[in-house]
Amino acid sequence: MDILRFITAGSVDDGKSTLIGRLLFDSKSIMVDQLEAIERQTKNREDGEIDLALLTDGLRAEREQGITIDVAYKYFSTPKRKFIIADAPGHIQYTRNMVTGASNSDLIIILIDARNGVVEQTRRHSIIASLLNMPQVVVAVNKMDLVDYSQDVYNNIVIEYAELARALNLNDVSYIPISALKGDNIVDKSSALSWYEGESLLHLLENVKVEKAINLDKARFPVQYVIRPQTGELHDYRGYAGKITSGIFRKGDAVTVLPSGLHSVIKEIEIDGGRLTDEAFAPQSVVLHLEDDIDISRGDVIVPLSDVPETTSELEVLLCWMDSKPLVAGNKYLLQVNSTRVRSVIKDIEFRLDVNSLERHPAPEKVGLNDIIKAVIKTSQPVVHDTYKALRASGGAILIDETSNVTVGACMIQ
Amino acid sequence: MSLHHLDYLDELESESIHIFREVAGQFEKPALLFSGGKDSIVLVHLALKAFRPGKFPFPLVHIDTGHNFPEALEFRDLLVQRIDEKLVVRKVEDTIRERKLTEQKGKFASRNQLQTYTLLDTIEEFGFDACIGGARRDEEKARAKERIFSVRDEFGQWDPKRQRPELWSTYNGKINKGENVRVFPISNWTELDIWNYIRREKIDLPSIYFAHEREVVEYEGQFVAVSEFIRIDDTDIISRRKVRYRTVGDMTCTAAVASEADTIDGIISEIIATKTSERGETRIDDKVSEAAMEDRKKNGYF
Repeated sequence: MDILRFITAGSVDDGKSTLIGRLLFDSKSIMVDQLEAIERQTKNREDGEIDLALLTDGLRAEREQGITIDVAYKYFSTPKRKFIIADAPGHIQYTRNMVTGASNSDLIIILIDARNGVVEQTRRHSIIASLLNMPQVVVAVNKMDLVDYSQDVYNNIVIEYAELARALNLNDVSYIPISALKGDNIVDKSSALSWYEGESLLHLLENVKVEKAINLDKARFPVQYVIRPQTGELHDYRGYAGKITSGIFRKGDAVTVLPSGLHSVIKEIEIDGGRLTDEAFAPQSVVLHLEDDIDISRGDVIVPLSDVPETTSELEVLLCWMDSKPLVAGNKYLLQVNSTRVRSVIKDIEFRLDVNSLERHPAPEKVGLNDIIKAVIKTSQPVVHDTYKALRASGGAILIDETSNVTVGACMIQ
Repeated sequence: MSLHHLDYLDELESESIHIFREVAGQFEKPALLFSGGKDSIVLVHLALKAFRPGKFPFPLVHIDTGHNFPEALEFRDLLVQRIDEKLVVRKVEDTIRERKLTEQKGKFASRNQLQTYTLLDTIEEFGFDACIGGARRDEEKARAKERIFSVRDEFGQWDPKRQRPELWSTYNGKINKGENVRVFPISNWTELDIWNYIRREKIDLPSIYFAHEREVVEYEGQFVAVSEFIRIDDTDIISRRKVRYRTVGDMTCTAAVASEADTIDGIISEIIATKTSERGETRIDDKVSEAAMEDRKKNGYF
């Protein structure tokens, strides 16, 4: 059994929450008391059906306004898989939450209202999926019940979306006609959609090969913490604790420690709080020991001698701005890649990307919440990194406002 | 399946260990809030994997309401002795006396609300900048929206609308003086994941998690243990039943479930078959209002 992390995205009223509610409900992950609670809240519904959307609208403000204001995480399992769903709001001002949810997902479900087809939000979400290198896209054409389960309507949407996907280099796209409200094609194949030859949504999610963002070729180990008991028999113990973010490390591997560039050899790999192993791989958390006694601390990155990533103090990034205060060019921010945190300054803003049209607006005067820009960031010390496209685990960085401590930006290193 | 493929429990475990080490790397004065329940026992197990052979870079902190199950306290002390780590205990009773707080009245008068005062006082006393807790997102819908690193202001308050975006597995623990971060390493675990992990790792639990006979009062369909902390009315019917606890909180606000399961396997079978959620079945305190947890969190609760 493994884990599939996915995100659902769609416009307001596309029925995202209903879809998640339906997946939880039909996979029997909803308990009687939770169901009773939403039945109590389901107000004046004429059809008498319970409102599955209420299952994910956790906060009072959301229930009162009938909207989703933040990423909610939901969990369900089948005998085949554990699923972690990031329910990201479709509301325009909350695009940052979608970026947040997508950053940890292996698959995205983009919901399209069959009555409306591909709309501005669909484009926006697909562009974000492409910027964040989502390995897999599932386009769920929802509310098929409201278009009389029409195959033509569905086919036209597929043709329209395929064009968008091509333009965005989204290569792995699946399409499913569904009705989240009625449960068509969610767990079981629907007889109302007998013309559809593919599998149900749950079946697809259970069986899709998880093209995890985890890369096993390029080994990277950011040091989080140094374990030094400095007592009695452990006087000389010095273990580098961290999570292998990608690749495989083996005992005896020749390694380089960045940014210092010093060389050594892996003497021992500990896992499970003390068990020795000959090899370990992403995303395992381990403790590494090196043959040589060199100065290593949090923020350093251990990599194989044969495959050394870039270490520079100038980064070209695609940056999604996430703060309500606008970005001020020339301001200093902290830049964090995994456990490395350095001072940085945004030097040049090349262009702003229109996430509805992909148009580039050169040298924008103002960069505000939800804007995506191409920029050059200068850092106070060299930063070990890969490109986001090659290696998501060491190509993503966050920007922190030093005065408010808030995370204000997400950078995809180019 | 590839050789280099992690089972789901291994993936969850690694994610949690990573979070623990981020706390150790980013904060000066962290603490692990230990309640004595299974989730915090799993946290301790994960911390051992994260930091051994070193010591924990934090003490265990128990906010003691005085309404504990004696079995849970006994277990706590044995555990601390076995792992040889520091335990800080602060009592809600002392806060009530010193701050002249008013205790709840009624049948199941609970100190659940008042323990927030003791928690905030303890954070201030030691200057804790990060408090690790065993909350899970599957427990409750307000929790489903909380970040793994959840920043609280100096009043310990959670503002759901001002949460920091949390990307990849990069955690931003930067705070101003006086603020603190609540960290939830097992956010992505479900109740069943916890039990499966307890079984796999052979983690010891307090005996009350297993079916045992006990005197209980039936109240609105829930079984509450007879103790000095609850008021027994003339109309109450006390019976002796075979029960176990699915969660362990205070004796005043935790209900037992009828059960014959006296092994981990038995418990897991019952949990798979149950039709009621963990909190719904066992917590008397969540039923107050739809937004009970959201409100408590905004006031500094975990």
